[in-house]
Amino acid sequence: MNQPITRLFVVVMVLFAGLAGATSWWTVVRADELNTQMTSQNKRELLRGLKIRRGIIRDADGGVIARSVRGQEGVYSRRYPKGELFGHPVGYSRAELNLGQSGLEAFRNEPLSGRKNSIATFFDQLTGARREGEDVRTSLDADAQRQAAELIAKAGKSGSAVAMDPRTGAVQVMVSTPGYDPGAVRSSKALAALNSDEARKPLVNRALQFGEAPGSTMKVVTATAAVDSGKYRVDSSVNGTNNVPISGVPLSNDFNESFGQVDLVTAMAKSVNTVWAQIAEDLGKQTMRKYMRRFGFEKKPELDYPEDAMSASGEYRNGRLLPATSRFVDVGRMGIGQDKLSVTAMQMAQVAAAVANGGTLMKPHITERITDREGRTTEEIEPQVQSEVMSQDAAAQVRTMMEAVVERGTGTAAQIDGIRVAGKTGTAETQIGKKINDVWFIAFAPSRDPRVAIAVNVQDVPGFGGEIAAPIARDVMETLLRKGRG
Amino acid sequence: MSARTRELFALIPASLLVTAGFLAIFLSQESLKGVGGQDELRDVSLTYGAIFLGLCFGAHLVIRFRLKHADPYLFPLVAVLACFGLVMIYRIDDELARQQAQWFVIGLGMFAATIIGLPDYRVLERYRYLIALAGIVLLVLPRAFPPTNGAYLSVRLGSLSVQPAEFAKLAIVIFLASYLRDTRQVLVLGARRFLFVTLPPLKHFGPVLVIWGAAMVLLFFIQDLGSSVMFYGGFLAILYVATSRLSFPVIGLALFAAGSYLLYQVRPTIESRVAAWRDPFDPELYERVGGSYQLAQSLFAQADGGVLGQGFGQSVLELQGGKPVLPAPQTDFIYAVIVNELGLAGGLALLLVYLLVVQRGFKVAMLARDSFSKLLAAGLTSVFALQVFVIVGGVTKLIPLTGVTLPFVSYGGSSVMANFILLALLLLVSDRARREA
Repeated sequence: MNQPITRLFVVVMVLFAGLAGATSWWTVVRADELNTQMTSQNKRELLRGLKIRRGIIRDADGGVIARSVRGQEGVYSRRYPKGELFGHPVGYSRAELNLGQSGLEAFRNEPLSGRKNSIATFFDQLTGARREGEDVRTSLDADAQRQAAELIAKAGKSGSAVAMDPRTGAVQVMVSTPGYDPGAVRSSKALAALNSDEARKPLVNRALQFGEAPGSTMKVVTATAAVDSGKYRVDSSVNGTNNVPISGVPLSNDFNESFGQVDLVTAMAKSVNTVWAQIAEDLGKQTMRKYMRRFGFEKKPELDYPEDAMSASGEYRNGRLLPATSRFVDVGRMGIGQDKLSVTAMQMAQVAAAVANGGTLMKPHITERITDREGRTTEEIEPQVQSEVMSQDAAAQVRTMMEAVVERGTGTAAQIDGIRVAGKTGTAETQIGKKINDVWFIAFAPSRDPRVAIAVNVQDVPGFGGEIAAPIARDVMETLLRKGRG
Repeated sequence: MSARTRELFALIPASLLVTAGFLAIFLSQESLKGVGGQDELRDVSLTYGAIFLGLCFGAHLVIRFRLKHADPYLFPLVAVLACFGLVMIYRIDDELARQQAQWFVIGLGMFAATIIGLPDYRVLERYRYLIALAGIVLLVLPRAFPPTNGAYLSVRLGSLSVQPAEFAKLAIVIFLASYLRDTRQVLVLGARRFLFVTLPPLKHFGPVLVIWGAAMVLLFFIQDLGSSVMFYGGFLAILYVATSRLSFPVIGLALFAAGSYLLYQVRPTIESRVAAWRDPFDPELYERVGGSYQLAQSLFAQADGGVLGQGFGQSVLELQGGKPVLPAPQTDFIYAVIVNELGLAGGLALLLVYLLVVQRGFKVAMLARDSFSKLLAAGLTSVFALQVFVIVGGVTKLIPLTGVTLPFVSYGGSSVMANFILLALLLLVSDRARREA
């Protein structure tokens, strides 16, 4: 009878091995997923985080954007001394009120709340160290941010702007108007009120979500495709007469002006619709899509920001992203920023940045570095290439066209004394016939040694991109350049 | 060194563990509160350690005088489990720990009473049908009381909640050991081979079918898969040891699986438990009353623990405002709390201690000379091992969750008393086996 007992013990060992395996499965293999991705059900990390001093978020000058104050029972609560200014890029963190997190607060929650790997935590326990949140230094410039927000609010009811260093992708300005004060998110009621404000949509970060028609700023993308594919050069001559049929429907130029044969510099400076629409048709959907994707279209920005709060730029039909090669796309009109395009300010700033940086598009990032309490850098965000959009030669040709826009074209309002600026205006009619437009300006400066690339968008205004958006872009760029940013 | 002296020395680490555990909890609570009073707290931790050592020493004396030859490792291993449990329960609720300490006193009392009162446990054989009847009554008794969580498991006596199943498992193992000692020969000799399967004669297999039926009825009436698996598994283990025929437990398992499947179709409680087990993170099941909330939280607690755990006293047990995060942390889910605070390492260490107890238990069975003793020791050990498997497997989502206690670790008077009697029986068998050797 002893042999069955031995076998029984083997069975028990197998069962216990199963228990050990199951425990390992949850504590090791799926631990990260359960700890960090199931926050609606698993409140542990949040609850524990409440008693840890959350790290400080600072702007590029070291000014405090968000910090935590210790209150009752050692529970910290979050303060936002700059109010509405950084509401969109930075977001809020209201774990203590069970309202969750948004923006950079959510994306950088791990270092901010001091979560380290378990071995470090164990070691900290042995040495008696307490968990502390790490600080996040951003590249956001408070002065330029404030200026952009004020100018957009003055120009229209809603709009957005993104400025970045084209050489590194560091985001210096991210404005979405109307904004909200993260400090005011103090109750589920307050949050619900912000959420249900359908007229203003203050919680929508327009710089990253639900884009607008980019208008003629899209011609920079078309021009890139034209010259980098080798089919056109900056001095190619194209027919710029009025009312050229595009996809069977005649397309008109602004003020129905007829230009005759023009080179691409003039076609860009004067924003000749028929030229760029014909080029886009000639290049075809495949080529257009190839370059759009290189610029970052049709996918979410590779930004340090919660993915579900960003949307991809591109052609949309019934609320769904459509590949630019789809049969529903009118490629000629897409090439001049019409058709069904929805594009964010972040995307258009990246278009300007790619041209500015000699054709190399850098990954955008808001975080500059993460430091511990003693100020030691624990993580530095190194500049990373997102994609090689075009050759240096093609970038130089597109730059020449964009310089002409500011020198003698539709964007003269963006001129800065002593600094050469390259840019492109955009005006998309939102309410046909009522002269209510969605206006754009994208630019970079100094154009031969760019340190800032920008996109400004103002919605539902009577006027043109060159009149309304260009001066805003100019002022913000000037501020950033004066402060020696980048 | 004699067996008893070895046992005595082995108890020292256990009481050191209690003292160290309490100290760790006090230190962490103190640093959380940031207030003084540490001298008093340290006194309490030493007191707990001293009392625990005293109790163990008392039990040790009983073993020393009555069971000179018994296995020297079983009792210290159980002491380690008990003190580990006491520390965890103290960390969860200090009032419960005080009560649990009292249960330990009573449990050790019953332990001593069993050893002193049953010098020859073989007299149990004489009362096997009475014992079987008592076991069945104990199992069915909770049916007369309102269910908890859809299962009939406890009997309320005033403010006390008694779980008769804990005692019933002893009665049933004693009965089966005694019954199968008599019938094992006929079961084996009368067996015929049919389609490559060895089938026992129907006449003698009858009682086996009766027990299968009883397990099904249990499952149906008590609506608790956990205790059914425990009883039935223990039965199959004893049957296998008694007959050495693999086909018997295999047929038994098949019958059980078929029966469970049928019941699963009929009984909504079982069905919803299985659904909750399959996908505990499903939002709908998670929100449902009696749904997967507990299991999901158990898994979150373990994930939170990671490899080395959050440390004693660091697991989050309550939401702001005192709402519990993990229900029943001191009983069914104590393993999840242990893994939360001591990590995978702590969980594996605990499982290892259980495995060592099981190993000693089977060793006792192998050394035993007569069939009844062998079957009794093997049966008790199997039921003990299955109980650990059912609850730990439940909280780790290896099998559908059912509420049984983690022996010696979970809070609960019935569990502590029954398991101490189980330990006493094992030691009695062991003493006789080694004395004769």
